[in-house]
Amino acid sequence: MPLSAYLTLSAILFSIGLFGVITRRNTVGILLGVELMLNAVNINLVAFSRFHGTEVGMVFSLFAICITVAEVAIGLSLVILLFRMRRTAIADQIDWLKG
Amino acid sequence: MMNDRVTLILLALLAPVASFLLIAAVPPLRRAGRPAAFVSFAAVLTSLASALRNWQLSGEGSEPIRAAWDWLPAQGGPLATMGVLIDPQSTLMLILVTLVATLVQIYSLEYLHTEPPGALGRYYAYQSLFVFSMMGVVIAPNLLQLFICWELVGVCSFLLIGFWYRKPEAARAALKAFWTTKAGDVGLLIGIVLLYRLAGTFDLLQLKHSIESHTFETAGLGLITFCLYLGAMGKSAQFPLHVWLPDAMEGPTPVSALIHAATMVTAGVYLLVRTEFLFRETPEVLALVAWIGAITALMAATLACVQTDIKRVLAYSTVSQLGYMMTAIGAGFAGAGFLHLLTHGVFKALLFLGAGAVIHAVHSNEMKDMGGLFKRMPQVAIVFIIGTLSLAGVPLFAGFASKEEVLGAVLAGGFMGPFLMLLTAAFLTAFYMFRVVFVVFFGPAKPAHAHADPHAHADAHGTGGDPGLAMSGPLWVLALSALAIGGYFTLHHAEAEFTSPAWLTPAAVTVALSGIFLAWLTYQRQTISADSLASAFGPIRRAALAKFWIDDIFEAIYRSGLLALARIIGWVDRYIVDGVLNVISAWTLDGGDVLRRIQTGRVGDYIFALAAGLVFLMLWMGGGF
Repeated sequence: MPLSAYLTLSAILFSIGLFGVITRRNTVGILLGVELMLNAVNINLVAFSRFHGTEVGMVFSLFAICITVAEVAIGLSLVILLFRMRRTAIADQIDWLKG
Repeated sequence: MMNDRVTLILLALLAPVASFLLIAAVPPLRRAGRPAAFVSFAAVLTSLASALRNWQLSGEGSEPIRAAWDWLPAQGGPLATMGVLIDPQSTLMLILVTLVATLVQIYSLEYLHTEPPGALGRYYAYQSLFVFSMMGVVIAPNLLQLFICWELVGVCSFLLIGFWYRKPEAARAALKAFWTTKAGDVGLLIGIVLLYRLAGTFDLLQLKHSIESHTFETAGLGLITFCLYLGAMGKSAQFPLHVWLPDAMEGPTPVSALIHAATMVTAGVYLLVRTEFLFRETPEVLALVAWIGAITALMAATLACVQTDIKRVLAYSTVSQLGYMMTAIGAGFAGAGFLHLLTHGVFKALLFLGAGAVIHAVHSNEMKDMGGLFKRMPQVAIVFIIGTLSLAGVPLFAGFASKEEVLGAVLAGGFMGPFLMLLTAAFLTAFYMFRVVFVVFFGPAKPAHAHADPHAHADAHGTGGDPGLAMSGPLWVLALSALAIGGYFTLHHAEAEFTSPAWLTPAAVTVALSGIFLAWLTYQRQTISADSLASAFGPIRRAALAKFWIDDIFEAIYRSGLLALARIIGWVDRYIVDGVLNVISAWTLDGGDVLRRIQTGRVGDYIFALAAGLVFLMLWMGGGF
């Protein structure tokens, strides 16, 4: 399979993720969108790694997966905290920064 | 040998500054008072010993020794250096400075013995700093270092005049002295910078060399020397910037003796002596120096005749003698002016310290509270009379030779007007000084001064006999120095650079003696009543009592000119500068108020903006994918 196929898949995945992040109102949904975007990046890394025949990209994607796990843990705990304080997990209702 | 002398001078310089730092940085030492005095005294004694040894090592006609260290590094050689320049002038001047400083520090120990220890510590810290700064001026090999030390002595003068800073007059006098000399210092700084632009160096020896080898553009030098002279005018109290010196008498008397008689005020004269080779290229500025000097000498001598405060008489007399020195330099004979500087330093310090002893005993500065003190304090009377005879220019005493040198120099320079003015001033000098002597030491005794004076304090010598050893010792040392200098010059007549006419010596002596005679007739025998003498010179006397309205003129300039200017500038600042800024800040506030509405505070909106921005950037930079 040509490289462009992987890249197209990754671009589609990234766009779906971004769409989810923008349109989702629930904070958990937004986190899911972020996960999709990160995985799109991972596909990119692995694809290029295979294409160039080096292992660096694979190692990077392993790191990225580990970090994603940690990020999800922190993100979910933030959502829980937010829910405790505001009694809601809907991102639109959390507008402390409104000017 | 050469390095020995450099080391000696560095030792002389560093001892007082170390003492100053020690006293200033160790509060317990400063608050202890007397120990601080002894630290300072040890330092100044080191300096005196080094200065004397340096003098002993100096041979006849030896080359000036210059040692310099790079200070401001720059491409193509350092911009400035720090160092020492040892030549006959700085050698002699160093001895004068350290000698008077040592004696004054001993004297102060008794004079200020009723001060609280903290104040005494502060006094000696300032004294150490002053000795360092003054020596810095004296040995400076370049004008930049000279200027720095010049400002430092100005600061010390300010601090010491305002030593009794709780007294409003003293604080005001300190400020006046600082501001007036500062007005001249601005000129000095401009002059130094202009000179650097013209010659590319601050170094005195290099400047002298390039002047002598004519590798020097002398166009525009007149402005430079005039600017340098402005600095000297402020420091050496030349007309019309002399107004600060009489007011500076609010400081303690030993300070007046050291700073406002013997050393700091002569820094201006010394500067002109140092840069004489520059002034020689600009005869018109030299003529100005001579005329202003003569005007200063005559005017101050007139003013001294009507003062009733003994210290103010001496202050005006100092101004007058500084005028003498300046006139000699202006006439083109810096050597004569320098000689008068040295002798004057000795006998005027003597006179001030003598006056201090009188004030200490009488508890008043006013001569009307003094009288018949010869019987009460014969030692002080004798040394004071020695000083007075020196100042009057009576043969065998210190001032005689130097004053005659000055007169001869002015005559040889072809300045007939200034010469006559100086001769008149010499007559007045003898008159007003012997007025002091006859009134204070021989007149009828006055009852003890009743009200407490802030200057003096009740003490063990309240009955007012001769002062203790710490005060009389320095007096005798100075008196004997004055006698020794006088005797030396009577025996070895100084080799003058000019020939003075044979009638000059008799004329000068006659003038001095007739001044003394008039004072004797008026204040001792009272053959001529002082009142009728005063009324004979009515208009002049009234003008002199008003200090020739110079202070008033300055005040008028200050009130009408400076204050009005300040008000205009204040208005511009308040309404135009501030106004523009206020409008801009108001606009910014309004703009911010409008722009804040963009912020929705919703995460989705921000991410959408981020993504849209990213897409826009990609399209813009890549021109499509």
